[in-house]
Amino acid sequence: MRSRETMIGLVLLGLLLVAPLVIYPVFLMKVLCFALFACAFNLLIGYVGLLSFGHAMFFGFAAYVAGHTIKVWGWPTEVGILAAALIAAAMGLVVGLIAIRRQGIYFAMVTLALSQMVYFFCIQAKFTGGEDGIQAIPRRPVFGFIDISKDLTLYYFVLAIFLVGFLLIYRTIHSPFGQVLKAIRENEPRAISLGYRVDQYKLLAFVLSAGLAGLAGATKAIVFQLASLTDVQWQMSGEVVLMTLVGGMGTVLGPVVGAGIIVAMQNYLKGLGEWVLVIQGIIFVLTVLVFRRGVVGEIWALLSRSKPGQRPGA
Amino acid sequence: MRPSRLMLGVAMAGLMASAAHADMTEGGIKIGVLTDMSGTYSDLSGGGSVWSAKKAVEDYLKAKPGLKVEVIAADHQNKADISANTARQWYDVDKVDVIVDLVTSSTALAVNQIAKEKNKVALVSGAASSALTGKDCTANTIHWTYDTWALANGTGSAITKTGGDSWFFLTADYAFGHALEKDTAAVVEKLGGKVMGKVRHPFPAQDFSSFLLQAQASKAKIIGLANAGADTTNAIKQASEFGIVAGGQNLAGLLVFITDVHALGLKTSQGLIFTESWYWDANDTNRAFAKEYAAANGGKYPTMVHAGVYSSVIHYLKAVEDLKSDADGAAVVAKMKAMPTDDKLYGKGTVRADGRKIHDMYLFEVKKPEESKGPWDYYKTRATIPATEAWRPLDAGECPLVKK
Repeated sequence: MRSRETMIGLVLLGLLLVAPLVIYPVFLMKVLCFALFACAFNLLIGYVGLLSFGHAMFFGFAAYVAGHTIKVWGWPTEVGILAAALIAAAMGLVVGLIAIRRQGIYFAMVTLALSQMVYFFCIQAKFTGGEDGIQAIPRRPVFGFIDISKDLTLYYFVLAIFLVGFLLIYRTIHSPFGQVLKAIRENEPRAISLGYRVDQYKLLAFVLSAGLAGLAGATKAIVFQLASLTDVQWQMSGEVVLMTLVGGMGTVLGPVVGAGIIVAMQNYLKGLGEWVLVIQGIIFVLTVLVFRRGVVGEIWALLSRSKPGQRPGA
Repeated sequence: MRPSRLMLGVAMAGLMASAAHADMTEGGIKIGVLTDMSGTYSDLSGGGSVWSAKKAVEDYLKAKPGLKVEVIAADHQNKADISANTARQWYDVDKVDVIVDLVTSSTALAVNQIAKEKNKVALVSGAASSALTGKDCTANTIHWTYDTWALANGTGSAITKTGGDSWFFLTADYAFGHALEKDTAAVVEKLGGKVMGKVRHPFPAQDFSSFLLQAQASKAKIIGLANAGADTTNAIKQASEFGIVAGGQNLAGLLVFITDVHALGLKTSQGLIFTESWYWDANDTNRAFAKEYAAANGGKYPTMVHAGVYSSVIHYLKAVEDLKSDADGAAVVAKMKAMPTDDKLYGKGTVRADGRKIHDMYLFEVKKPEESKGPWDYYKTRATIPATEAWRPLDAGECPLVKK
């Protein structure tokens, strides 16, 4: 089981390394940013069972922080991104403290409300540039010597960030900490009765998820050299739910595949105009009705059926 | 992005440059219309802009066959990141030479930077921000149809001069609204008018009743709407319900298009005053263009943005044909600035060093329902703002391209 996972991982890594030679790198970077965002989100919904409907606030606000620190304050790229991720994690701490007291729809609504507050703050605040956003964020050399002004070099930088985030999530899920999270998802009262302080576990997972969402947002700001209101809007919170559901909630690779599918649709079908949204809607409905485990979830289920005795990888 | 193709392209460009005949990248000119095809601004730009760009190409080739021109289009959903993504892909992979329209400022500002980075061309028609020819100006962008400065200045000065000397502002509470309010108030006060008060409404807002009551109570002759899109139309609708125009006050819209007036209807929008750069019923050529446009676009009539797209594409093609090359974006834009503009919709004009297209602007008032004689017969012209007064002075914009 483990060896098969490692094999798949290595094959995918190989594909990611050669992909920009065949596919347009900016598109790939966008996929990677959203994939990391979706993975961070999946950590909450897939493994703790918490549906956050406000993750755009971490993603978008971190983009603004990275944009401002790098463009206006002249911070080095890597410091700006790191600072943005830390601020997102700090926001996650505050939001988490408030939100994890509730469950289900109430949790979703609390996160949505707080994210709307962040959205309106971003419209009003001077440093975000309001409607115009922060434009022309410079791509300064990383660590002072890796020149990321070329798309291809930047791709490998973004890939490195993605892998760090992804492996962190992978490690978290497969650690004892991750097992406790899954126990909370399956049966919270029982986890409490076993002596776990579930609120602390949930809060830590929330902070981690927020920080990684921030990392994704900050990276996206470097890729597109802009941070705008789109990223803090509630639609962005919805989009990440869609990506996770389509790819497969609660699977390691699901959000990555989901992000790939949704971003590819937005990218290659944009000539169809508003029909893209209709198609997205249909895919969402089909996913929920016909294959609820998502693309990756279904494939895992098929694979495990052919080899009895194994449970879907998680 | 495949290096082999890129190098081949560079090599070919080098070889062809010495040849006497036209040197077009990838054998032809490719125009990308990047616009809002599905959102709030799809009526004033959207599919109509694509049609206008194609029409311009068709008309140009009818008069001067020889160039190979292709027009493609995409929806940026008014999102800066989608706009930036598409622009990069168009310039890098699809070999688009020029991007036109670009409605909403954030999307235009994003493409503005990318056009500069890739040395291509951006011709902005739909977006309003005067930063495009101000602090963010580049040698690769021309701002064609209108901008916030011209609207604020045109509406502010023309109304104040024609007797509307006391103002009350209804302002959307974010950077764009504040800028419009500030620019307009400055003009009004400079001309001896008075600002009686202002109120900030949240963005976006649905309920304007309390703000409108304050405006009504101020007894100002003019209520300036420093907002855009749905906020403006909502404010106008509710003002009509309060009988504000019937009570003797006038509404001045700072960003209004004919499609907004059409959506509101004359009964609601009558008496509204605002500035635009083009009206379909102004002369015979405009009417002929509008007739063709309406036939192809389900009976809708063209806005100034559509006319701007048409005009900008014509001028671009002229410059490229004159240069015999579309490879160097900055050179094409420099040529466009050097040549005087002349097309059937905007007439004669020029492009300034900061990338500002210069033409007359007009102050319009929406007709009363009984004055309207046919479909889309909505405006009467209150004043013509001559090109020399309509635009921000060249030295006031802080554009780095302008030598002090």
